[in-house]
Amino acid sequence: MDFKRIYAIFLRQMFLLRHNWTRFSNIFVWIILDVVMWGFITKYLNIIGNAEFNFVSVFLGALILWNFLIRVQQGIMLGFFEDVWSRNFINLFASPLTIGEYIGGLILTCIVTSLLGLFAMLILASVAFGFILFQFGILLVPFIVILFIFGLALGVFTAAFVLYLGPAAEWIAWPLPFFLQPFAGVFYPIAVLPGALQIISKFVPPSYVFEGMRSFLFSGTVSVFSLWVGIGLSVLYLFLAYMFFISIYRSAVRKGRIIRFSAEE
Amino acid sequence: MNEKILEVKNLTKTYDGLEAVRDISFSIAPGEIVGLLGPNGAGKTSTISMVLGILESTAGSIRINGFDVRHERTKALTYTNFAAIYAQVPGNLTVYQNLYIFGLLYGVKNLRARVLELLKEFDLEKFRYTKCGLLSSGEQTRVHLAKAIINEPRLLLLDEPTASLDPSAAHIIREKIRSFAANDMMGVLWTSHNMHEVEAVCDRVLFLSHGTVLLEGDPKSLPKMYGKQNLEELFIAVAREPLLLELE
Repeated sequence: MDFKRIYAIFLRQMFLLRHNWTRFSNIFVWIILDVVMWGFITKYLNIIGNAEFNFVSVFLGALILWNFLIRVQQGIMLGFFEDVWSRNFINLFASPLTIGEYIGGLILTCIVTSLLGLFAMLILASVAFGFILFQFGILLVPFIVILFIFGLALGVFTAAFVLYLGPAAEWIAWPLPFFLQPFAGVFYPIAVLPGALQIISKFVPPSYVFEGMRSFLFSGTVSVFSLWVGIGLSVLYLFLAYMFFISIYRSAVRKGRIIRFSAEE
Repeated sequence: MNEKILEVKNLTKTYDGLEAVRDISFSIAPGEIVGLLGPNGAGKTSTISMVLGILESTAGSIRINGFDVRHERTKALTYTNFAAIYAQVPGNLTVYQNLYIFGLLYGVKNLRARVLELLKEFDLEKFRYTKCGLLSSGEQTRVHLAKAIINEPRLLLLDEPTASLDPSAAHIIREKIRSFAANDMMGVLWTSHNMHEVEAVCDRVLFLSHGTVLLEGDPKSLPKMYGKQNLEELFIAVAREPLLLELE
């Protein structure tokens, strides 16, 4: 691993962000709209629920954490798509850059963009709707770690998928987190799912975050073991996604797909 | 000259049973400019892609500056660079940004100074803050060539480097590359469909046809050896009657 080459991938993305208002605003616009919309919905629910249950903490907290996961996935994916759109793969992969360094550069980019998005959501939610993220205390660390690592895994997996199927497969990458959302228990407890779907949830790392978040808010306790399971699963998925990317890349080099990528063979 | 910058041995590439490149071997010495010629589909781009490590060979080996491209890819590619008409730098970055990023990728020392030197060398100073996508094709070619020599490579691969240039600009670029090759002892593999250019620039040519090296030699004397007036006539013969040439 050469840090200069990782930095080159990161810097390319920063150049694009720094000089393009449209790209930069993409980090904030959707999540701000989401927080505003859900902020008012939770306020309304608090009123009709006679404030016996704080919807702001539960729903807005879940929304912010879920959006963080999506921003991480999209952070990796958008960095990769920049190279798809600018047909830059030949230049990159004919240089000394390794796959690990390329992914490392995308991860570095994604740390910056996802944290910017997270801070924007937190500031807005706390100023406009009285949401206090630090109510979770130290638990925030494993929550963020699980979602970040799993978001990376999703991002790397979708990038590999597009590398395999070609630019036409780009649309598949966008809704991927939403396929997982029902099993993640973002807005409801996993217990409300039918038995078979509950089993699937056990393999979805964010479910441990959202179950943990609700457990903490309602009972003040969290199963530390389940958080470790969430971290372990996320790391496993990231490793598998990385191996998947490498195998797709090797197959692309073997079959000549890197040099004819835009032809979508 | 015993030292070899590029050594290709028994290189073969098969796509689903179809041989795009068939058992070719050649080498390039320091300071030597070798033309890789042949009709469309002869296997030139596949060969260059395998040298660059973006296409895996089915058989054979490629060594750049002594490093095996398959097993020591990063080391081998540190000594290489390329410019190709089908590999443009990102159009949404400025000339300076592109050169700086590729300089980082190739591990260039004193990068800022090197980028400024290249901007001057290729008359790109006035485009320093211009996005590459806004440049004319000739200006973009100059950026690609600046990128291609940013790491002072020992092996430079050029796939039709002057295709979009006017005759005067093409002449300047040819002279630059010749001087880089001579002064820095850089080996160059050059593909072109402009036979006058090849004759003027290359020390040696390889004619590819149907994935094999059909002819090899000095571009000035080779046509006469096969009873042709010039390299263009020889090229046409290779493209249309490769079997007859093989028998001669």
